[in-house]
Amino acid sequence: MKQSKRTTISLLVLSLIGLWLFVSAPAGTTEISISTDSDIFKLPSFGLGVGFVSGIAFAAQVLAVIASGYFVLGRNHKTPRWVVILFAVALVFEILVGLFAGKTMTFTSLLQGSLALAVPLIFGSLAGVLSERVGVVNIAIEGQLLAGAFVSALIASLSDNMFAGLIGAVIAGALVAWVLAVFAIKYVVDQIIVGVVLNVLVVGLTNFMFSTLMVSNLPFYNQPPRFDKILIPLLGQIPVLGPVLFNQTLIVYLMYVAVAVVYVALFKTRWGLRVRAVGEYPKAADTVGINVFRTRYVSVILGGALAGLGGSFFTLGQVGAFGKEMTNGAGYIALAALIFGRWNPLYAAFAALLFGFAENLQYGLAIIGSSVPSEFLLMLPYALTVVAVAGLVGKVTGPAASGKAYIKS
Amino acid sequence: MKLELRGITKRFGSMVANDNVNLIALPGEIHCLLGENGAGKSTLMNVLYGLYQADGGEILLDDKVVKFSGPGDAMAAGIGMVHQHFMLIPVFTVAENVILGHEPTKFGSLLDLEAARAKVREVSAKFGFEIDPDAIVGDLPVGVQQRVEIIKALIGDAKVLVFDEPTAVLTPQETDELMAIMKQLRAAGTAIVFITHKLREVQEVADKITVIRLGKVVGEADPKSTANELASMMVGRAVDLDVEKDPAKPGKPTFKVEGLSAWSHAGTKVLDDINFEIHEGEILVIAGVQGNGQTELTEAIIGMHGKTAGSIQLDGRELIGKNVKQVLDLGVGFVPEDRTEDGLVAEFSIAENLMLDRSDRKPFAKGLNINLDYLKKFALEKLKQFDVRAQGIESKASQLSGGNQQKVVLARELSRELRLLVASQPTRGLDVGSIEFVHEQIVATRDSGIPVLIVATELDEATQLGDRIAVMYKGKIVGIVPSNTPRATLGQMMAGISA
Repeated sequence: MKQSKRTTISLLVLSLIGLWLFVSAPAGTTEISISTDSDIFKLPSFGLGVGFVSGIAFAAQVLAVIASGYFVLGRNHKTPRWVVILFAVALVFEILVGLFAGKTMTFTSLLQGSLALAVPLIFGSLAGVLSERVGVVNIAIEGQLLAGAFVSALIASLSDNMFAGLIGAVIAGALVAWVLAVFAIKYVVDQIIVGVVLNVLVVGLTNFMFSTLMVSNLPFYNQPPRFDKILIPLLGQIPVLGPVLFNQTLIVYLMYVAVAVVYVALFKTRWGLRVRAVGEYPKAADTVGINVFRTRYVSVILGGALAGLGGSFFTLGQVGAFGKEMTNGAGYIALAALIFGRWNPLYAAFAALLFGFAENLQYGLAIIGSSVPSEFLLMLPYALTVVAVAGLVGKVTGPAASGKAYIKS
Repeated sequence: MKLELRGITKRFGSMVANDNVNLIALPGEIHCLLGENGAGKSTLMNVLYGLYQADGGEILLDDKVVKFSGPGDAMAAGIGMVHQHFMLIPVFTVAENVILGHEPTKFGSLLDLEAARAKVREVSAKFGFEIDPDAIVGDLPVGVQQRVEIIKALIGDAKVLVFDEPTAVLTPQETDELMAIMKQLRAAGTAIVFITHKLREVQEVADKITVIRLGKVVGEADPKSTANELASMMVGRAVDLDVEKDPAKPGKPTFKVEGLSAWSHAGTKVLDDINFEIHEGEILVIAGVQGNGQTELTEAIIGMHGKTAGSIQLDGRELIGKNVKQVLDLGVGFVPEDRTEDGLVAEFSIAENLMLDRSDRKPFAKGLNINLDYLKKFALEKLKQFDVRAQGIESKASQLSGGNQQKVVLARELSRELRLLVASQPTRGLDVGSIEFVHEQIVATRDSGIPVLIVATELDEATQLGDRIAVMYKGKIVGIVPSNTPRATLGQMMAGISA
């Protein structure tokens, strides 16, 4: 069989961006700082010539394209993953250096901000994974996040206890998921429609409660205590990554655990095998005595609980108060991360990190006053994602029974 | 373990699918449940397997009454089932499929895949299957998938094993191998219930035969009965299974396919350099296991397939590049393989279905309107001519039985001026009476001097109906042979070995 040239062609097209950046690279240097004060050993910051870096990065891209062409045309072999990764790293680095030309790029804070933006996305994509793997399309991630954000703020404020808020968020997310599950599984309503309706419903409900209840006495209803950052000894002092990953709030640490647990549960346990079986071919699962309906309810509701937890990060982990529609479409981005991540919790988490990084980049650039319009930057990651999904990820097939109700004869 | 079904009754609404059915299967015995499509065989087995709840009657295992509220209970009690449509998850490995529902675990609930692999190897070795426990099921050939399904049933330590129409998707060789496996299981003391409507298979392996018709047991048959005797019992009247036809009197070759290739949406080659011709007054049967390019071939002929190359000529005119309407207008009659999906509009009346292809022209069209008077006259005439049993021409197509639906399709297609008839599995799922009728119509079409192309997946139909047989395998024609070619040779050709 002949190998598809699609990957090679996609890389070639993307390398044109690299070429353009190289040709139009301004003279000057980008200062890169990768240490923070708490590191055990400090790495000095250093400056890189923009033209020089662009040149090297572009050369690496050209090499990657040649390598891809060699493997596909010469050896009739798929483009190896490392070629794609080499290409991606080179292009991203070239873009970064170009964007920060003449400025200082504080790598650590860039990553910190990215992670913060990615936390709800990761929780959301886990909710999507659990739901879609069992055969229920979860468009309601947005609603689950928002419900979690609202309820956690309210309960934590009333009880003056953030743990109570956390539990409230979990219940709220699970509740939204339960409604989705009942309509999708019991009443066999189109799952996408239920999901969209739920999102609208939660926006309306939280807006209404916010305007009528919270605004009446903000300190009483909407001033939850926030989680403090916990620095993990040793791990937190690793250069660059330490402060990013291991100086975080409890919710972030819960997220690490959640990603690992969902991954192991889904692919290594009896429960996960059954969940995936139900999502692929419910009738086959039924004929070996698996309760399709119960499996679906449990998995969808667990997913909702995780999304609710993710929602609490907006209020208890970050802002410290609820705001109208504060999730701002994160649920939909989580959905994209889930598909980009091929319904795999680990890949989806990486995809979510990528989206978080891209979103954070525009904030970072706005602060240093880059000349690139921020709207353009906001668009860039998604435009690149479309190309990447179409060209590099290739045909992704989700669980076969996702979106299809199971009707027992 | 002895299985007894006593007085099982199952209703769906007002329809009685099983009416007081009794059946006893003993260890070390193959018990055939013989009946036409829709006689209620699968319903009965679904009751046994806990998928349906019976409205009356009881199930006994070793003379003790058991109640199954779901397939899990049935499995636990020692009943295994090899389903007609495999209950396998294509993206899972063999081992994962086999253990699903009763997974071996370690450390609490972690899957123990090593134990699963060992189990698959153990059962495989016992029956001489060579199956890699780590193979992805969707990548395996259908015959091997069925073995996975068998392993899955056996691994639960099944004492009663039900095979529901297991040979529908197999080549003749694979069928022979399955028969051998069934005999092996019988020797090991398993009670086997074998559901089928294929008489040849019944005659080969049955120890006991229970015949079921319209949901009722009509009696037990002697395993030494002839095919015609069994068929008569199954249908309820004397039937002659042989197709009545005189030797063909072929005329000029007016239909020619040369170098025809076609590609799927995904870009894989589904037809590979197909060459054949059909003479006037001749039936060419395309034989082969389902899914070897037959569907694509018929689609390419009538202009429904996307990417094609080569040449298809009818009366010297090229069909490739023409759309469906243009092809039909050149005189091609087409009976699609899925009559409910592609042959009829289920929610339309019989009359409307009868004019689907010509509703835009005289005499059916009158200006912008439909000539209802003519349509009525035409429909009544066709109903009579093709013996369609329906309340009237206003009945919806969906209300008809499979046989009557197929008659409506034939009535429409044969009422045009034909220069070629293409019929894909024209008797699939029909009762014996309708099969006879359809065969007669096809032979009559041939005798009127029209070239006929039939796609058949059942070898018996291919040899009886065809004047010549072309065997397809993986998108290629393995060979074109006369219809009196021995079964064994045809079977080998269906597995890709040219004669």
